[in-house]
Amino acid sequence: MSGDHEETQTAEEMQVDGKGVQDKMINPEKSEEAKLKARYPNLGNKPGGSDLLRKRLQKGQKYFDSGDYNMAKAKIKNKQLPTAAAPEKTEITGDHIPTPQDLPQRKPSLVASKLAG
Amino acid sequence: MAGAGGGNSDVQWCFSQVKGAIDDDVAEADIISTVEFNHSGELLATGDKGGRVVIFQQEPETKNQPQCRGEYNVYSTFQSHEPEFDYLKSLEIEEKINKIRWLPQKNAAQFLLSTNDKTIKLWKISERDKRPEGYNLKEEDGRYRDLNTVTTLRVPVFRPMDLMVEASPRRVFANAHTYHINSISVNSDCETYLSADDLRINLWNLEINDRSFNIVDIKPANMEELTEVITAAEFHPNQCNTFVYSSSKGTIRLCDMRASALCDQHAKQFEEPEDPNNRSFFSEIISSISDVKFSHSGRYMMTRDYLSVKIWDLNMESRPVETYQVHEYLRSKLCSLYENDCIFDKFECCWNGNDSVVMTGSYNNFFRMFDRGYRQDVTLEASRENSKPRSVLKPRKVSTGGKRKKDEISVDSLDFNKKILHTAWHPLDNIIAVATTNNLYIFQEKLN
Repeated sequence: MSGDHEETQTAEEMQVDGKGVQDKMINPEKSEEAKLKARYPNLGNKPGGSDLLRKRLQKGQKYFDSGDYNMAKAKIKNKQLPTAAAPEKTEITGDHIPTPQDLPQRKPSLVASKLAG
Repeated sequence: MAGAGGGNSDVQWCFSQVKGAIDDDVAEADIISTVEFNHSGELLATGDKGGRVVIFQQEPETKNQPQCRGEYNVYSTFQSHEPEFDYLKSLEIEEKINKIRWLPQKNAAQFLLSTNDKTIKLWKISERDKRPEGYNLKEEDGRYRDLNTVTTLRVPVFRPMDLMVEASPRRVFANAHTYHINSISVNSDCETYLSADDLRINLWNLEINDRSFNIVDIKPANMEELTEVITAAEFHPNQCNTFVYSSSKGTIRLCDMRASALCDQHAKQFEEPEDPNNRSFFSEIISSISDVKFSHSGRYMMTRDYLSVKIWDLNMESRPVETYQVHEYLRSKLCSLYENDCIFDKFECCWNGNDSVVMTGSYNNFFRMFDRGYRQDVTLEASRENSKPRSVLKPRKVSTGGKRKKDEISVDSLDFNKKILHTAWHPLDNIIAVATTNNLYIFQEKLN
């Protein structure tokens, strides 16, 4: 019974919306694309292309310039080394010269894997 | 269909073991990044984001329980890679193990290759069950003896000791990749192997670590013109001159190393034609191939893209011979999957020993098997709730329509943080290893 009710409703929807609903049924991808463009109108028109690839190739890039750092160290001489940036900054750019201390400390896991536990 | 567990029409899968922590708080280092059986299936290796490798060994079958194939227990564990920072390039190098590949066994020791984004290492895993005792110049604890106390000579002898498994790095293959290594593959000649990053593929000799040959280079002269990257590469299982590599645009290129030193010109290109009317923003992203695997026979290869698994006959480039939908219901969720980055998840796939069934993972800790002969597929779940020893796994179903049957799960209830990206199938038996985020499940065929 409820099944019949649903069928009738769908048919009505189709008469009202017509092409819209049909499109969604035929091509869910295109309707998802429309949704995305509605949320992010500035999204480039290039379909998923070079920007994504370039982002992928740059994975792991941090902002530390050994040249800048050593020059700054040399200039300062006896004075204190550049101090670490404020903790809330995730990217360090601009006038601040990053130090090795600014980079997230990556130490190897000294703990054994839990799979071996 | 209720009786068919999946895979071959009458195979039922049972829970066997689960490894890893139970708690939900997952440390990043514990995220499993690769799973691989060795060529005999006796050893099972896992790699994780913390750069560690754990190797499990199958216990020999006991006469007491012929119904059960041996359990896998820890055999060796070691830190393969450590985090590095390249100060010159301002690049953080993750210690995450991207791939492990076993070498075929040639002597008593086992060898495997493990790689992170930049460096490949050859590890030797050997057993020691004897140790020399009775040295003339040293005490048993290693201290040197006072020579004045040495009045007689004796011949040291080997005595049995508790089994010790040692892992030692035999070769380090470094500084050959500018971009991130995604694949390694050992050649059937057992002398060479390839390593592939986003833009280049290199050929190495296992004995020589200070030189490698570049065999594929797709880097454009102008990086602005970059349109595709290499996503996976593999050597043919028995033709040592042949390898394939897949791309982010959904194509697979087969290369023959006899043709030229630089294999930029492919011998074959496999690509399924696309209907231009159906093209959308997502088309290229979801067509990106995340894994490519030759069948054991070498006649076919399988590719995994975001929504499907395709089987290709090497003799036919125009289209795949079989296509299996892994989770087609996600096609109408692509917008949110793009926003939460799930659309970029890289799922792997694998063949069973006789190439009759293929398997791949999905979300909600579901994994799928497709039986090529019987044309059946099944969805199973790796979860602690189904972890009673030898309990049979019940097929799962995702409801796509408005009506949800009992026991079905709706698409909106799927947990997209529970992804099964890595699965492995024992080369000979129906034993599978399935990795959830931080747990390793082992399932076996129900034997009566």
